[in-house]
Amino acid sequence: MTLAPDVLYLEKLTVSFDGFKALNALTLYVEPGELRCIIGPNGAGKTTMMDVITGKTRPDEGRARFGHQLDLLTMSEPEIARAGIGRKFQKPTVFEYLTVAENLELALAGPRGFWRVLRARLTPAGRDRMDSVLATTGLADRRDEIAGALGHGHKQWLEIGMLLMQDPKLLLVDEPVAGMTPQETERTAELLVSLAGAHSVVVVEHDMEFVRSIARNVTVLHEGSVLAEGTMDQVQNDQNVIDVYLGA
Amino acid sequence: MSTRTSIAHRLPAALRDDTGGTVLYGLLAATAIAVPLLTALPSSSPFNLSPYVLTLLGKYLCYAMLALAVDAIWGYCGILSLGHAAFFSLGGYAMGMYLMRQIGTRGVYGDPILPDFMVFLNWKALPWFWYGFDHFWFAMVMVVLAPGLLALAFGWLAFRSRVTGVYLSIITQALSYALMLAFFRNDMGFGGNNGFTDFKDILGVPLSAPGTRMALFVATVVALAASYALTRALLRSRAGRVIRAIRDGESRTRFLGYPVESYKLWLFVVSAVIAGVAGALYVPQVGIINPGEFAPINSIEVVIWVAVGGRGTLYGAVAGALLVNYAKTYFTGALPEVWLYALGALFILVTLLLPRGLVGLRPATWFPSRRRLGVRPA
Repeated sequence: MTLAPDVLYLEKLTVSFDGFKALNALTLYVEPGELRCIIGPNGAGKTTMMDVITGKTRPDEGRARFGHQLDLLTMSEPEIARAGIGRKFQKPTVFEYLTVAENLELALAGPRGFWRVLRARLTPAGRDRMDSVLATTGLADRRDEIAGALGHGHKQWLEIGMLLMQDPKLLLVDEPVAGMTPQETERTAELLVSLAGAHSVVVVEHDMEFVRSIARNVTVLHEGSVLAEGTMDQVQNDQNVIDVYLGA
Repeated sequence: MSTRTSIAHRLPAALRDDTGGTVLYGLLAATAIAVPLLTALPSSSPFNLSPYVLTLLGKYLCYAMLALAVDAIWGYCGILSLGHAAFFSLGGYAMGMYLMRQIGTRGVYGDPILPDFMVFLNWKALPWFWYGFDHFWFAMVMVVLAPGLLALAFGWLAFRSRVTGVYLSIITQALSYALMLAFFRNDMGFGGNNGFTDFKDILGVPLSAPGTRMALFVATVVALAASYALTRALLRSRAGRVIRAIRDGESRTRFLGYPVESYKLWLFVVSAVIAGVAGALYVPQVGIINPGEFAPINSIEVVIWVAVGGRGTLYGAVAGALLVNYAKTYFTGALPEVWLYALGALFILVTLLLPRGLVGLRPATWFPSRRRLGVRPA
């Protein structure tokens, strides 16, 4: 397979913690603009996979590349983030003591070094971008509120909004609808679907209804490697999947 | 409310959202004017300010600068330094070396170059690290460089290795303790356990002259105001927002692409330099510096001042330092044996009952700046 721009390549990744293989020769490709859902039981390696892609965990073996040149395994977390890979955590992690607007401003693509950020001001272009993200995430009337005062669903959207401000090429989204009401879930689904195309989106989720509503491509992980890949219907009818996950 | 707003709009931009800071600047300006006037009153007047009280006030203001330095990193970046006395002392020692060189032939042994303690140790020549300290400008450069470079080296190692939380607090404490032990040694060349004292002149004028003492006091007031303005400007910038983001979610900040370590490092250096300048102003006013200044308890006391005043506000740290030190002076005079218990009780009570410190007591509407700066309760 030749290396194309902005494709995520994970090849034969193995991560073990004290002998337990969290990832076991995992191989996975994500195309530009794709919306990919990753499902699997607890301990299947979903979060570990995200940790490897974002530089938090280093694998024992295997390769992780992003596009032509970037070897993710030699880069630090901030370098990977600056290269265009954004991550949304399972638990909403917004900066609780900053306002909504300040949270978005920090995420805005731009300088990251201390001395340049010290002098940075919000440019008119940055402000426009913030306005559009506030509109997309439905947070326009709450821009000056302290993020900690937002409800759970709004925090999730704020975090997705922060990812949008970052304008990453690849978004990694960990359980975006956990704890959301059905209406909030529906809105989140629309949001993620609208993001795909311009960005590659990888969503890890337990909620099967939600996955069915957004996913074209589904990858099932089990014990650290890929068990099945395909459309939701294909994987749901896969005998291996039925045995280990869906059926039981 | 509308009158308040219209007044607010006439203030310079830096003060507009900073009621606490405006109050602080006002009090400092009043102090800089009132104190010289009160000391000029005849000593028979009940309002006369004695030289003793002047020295005490100057000392408190130096402590307030030190508290401000600690609040900048603890209140805004969550780095609890238990070693800031080290930076304070290094600044103090740099100033002390200059003052020692100014003594000249007026020392007990009358050596024109060597300070008394070196003659006493039978040293024949000035050690290389004392060169240049006969110049005031050189000493001032060292007041900044000595704590600044130590903070840079220490911070670079600690933050790069991702030492955080209580572990970082412990190694800052160990740093200060190690320096204390080193400075106690006679062969270090810093006067051993006696340190430096018996200073005579600063910039060619006698230290004991009332005019000199007043100039040092006013310089301290100005330095405190400048430190407040500098740290507040830094923490209000976008970099300051990143610093608070690090406090509230370090790994999240990293995943946004910010090199977290360099933010911590530069803030730590700025904080250490402010502490060093405070130490340099402290030494000529109290007239002595010795290794006891590095003692772990000193660094811990600073943390108590900040907690009592209210961390994450800067002016709260200043208020805490002034109040606790006034209480210390009062209690150590009136009831010397209870002071340490009172200090401990104060810390526990404030932590339990006033998580935002004394400045947390004022109604929220007085200080819109608190919300903008997004201060987190202790």
